[in-house]
Amino acid sequence: MHVQAETISKKFNRRAVFRDVSFTVEPGEVFGITGRNGSGKSTLLRIVGGLLTPSGGEIRYRLGTVAVAPETLHRSIGYVAPYLTLYEEFSAEENIVLYARIRGLRHTHAEAQALLERVGLPVDRRDPIRAFSSGMKQRMRLVFAILHRPPLLLLDEPISNLDSEGKRIVYGIVDEFRRHGAVIIATNDAEDIAQCDRTISVEAA
Amino acid sequence: MIRQALAVFRKDLASELRTRYAINALLMFVVVTLAVIMFALAGETLTPTALTGMLWVVMFFAAMSGLSRSFVAEEERGTTMTLQLLASPTAVYLGKLLFNLLLVAALNVFIVALFLLVMDQFVVSQFGLFWLVMLLGSLGIASATTIIAAIIARANTKGTLFPVLSFPVLLPLLMAGINATKIAVEDVRWDAVWPDLQLLGSYIVVITTVSFLLFDFVWKD
Repeated sequence: MHVQAETISKKFNRRAVFRDVSFTVEPGEVFGITGRNGSGKSTLLRIVGGLLTPSGGEIRYRLGTVAVAPETLHRSIGYVAPYLTLYEEFSAEENIVLYARIRGLRHTHAEAQALLERVGLPVDRRDPIRAFSSGMKQRMRLVFAILHRPPLLLLDEPISNLDSEGKRIVYGIVDEFRRHGAVIIATNDAEDIAQCDRTISVEAA
Repeated sequence: MIRQALAVFRKDLASELRTRYAINALLMFVVVTLAVIMFALAGETLTPTALTGMLWVVMFFAAMSGLSRSFVAEEERGTTMTLQLLASPTAVYLGKLLFNLLLVAALNVFIVALFLLVMDQFVVSQFGLFWLVMLLGSLGIASATTIIAAIIARANTKGTLFPVLSFPVLLPLLMAGINATKIAVEDVRWDAVWPDLQLLGSYIVVITTVSFLLFDFVWKD
């Protein structure tokens, strides 16, 4: 997926978070967004994901030669962030079935189990994910993001709460999606930055 | 899109059956309200008009105590963003509308059943018309409260805002609903109720169309 952001600005009420941020992400690329705490990395990633409207500027998305409309952007995006809350009253597999149904995908029990195995989660746990540890919840967020194999993966602090095995899984997914589409990582972690082909530093306005 | 909306509806239904947050609150509200009314009346005889008005007051406040849950629950659990990433705004609105419709219809059947059981003076002469008015009333209440719940979900004072915003929006529906129910109770000719049924039908069409058009702006920041 090709992403072109032009002079993006964001204000919350009168407070400017950042001004005139421009970048382009090409298919096959891992792109990093860095910056100090409070500089607006997560805000910028939310804008790229269509979850926030920019105060100024424009973002264009293209799949091959076809422009992606903002109304259908959610189909092309996988999003992982520590602040993303899943449906904690349901079990891991129930969550997968729920996401698949809402996305209009057919998903078998075996596929759901394969996804859980892939991120290193136990396949036989029937308890609600509210009982999961923070690291296990982060792995569940990875499932949420990759279930529909989106051409654009947006990762905000993707290795937070993860152990070394979890980090290896995240970087394996990044490597796969680099070939499948494009990946944008908002991070300050040196290991994450090492995965990126290019980075941009966001400065607080 | 319809399949997506049905999936959102099934998700809300499964979540409600598991947590029973809205159902329990609504049932308790209805039972307590009717008990208070019975104690307050204490053998007094009321006209069918007064009883009809009382029925709609219970229906209105019961709806106010539970129907905002559809969006408020997403906001309180922090799952709004998850839903934004999963489905189109239209599918979310339609799914939430279906869930609220089921909730308010079941609630109104429960209220009417209890009302008929405990209020001896409340006798319905035209049951067909009565249930038609209840169905249209449920549709109108669900449609109006779904968009209002989406608007107030992010506010700090959502508990107060919901009835305050809902009352003026629901006022035409309440007036037509009360009048049509009174006619169904008093056994007046069918043609007398026609203007109220037209008003109820038009209200549902207008409020649902406006909600569909507005929801995109309400749902995204």
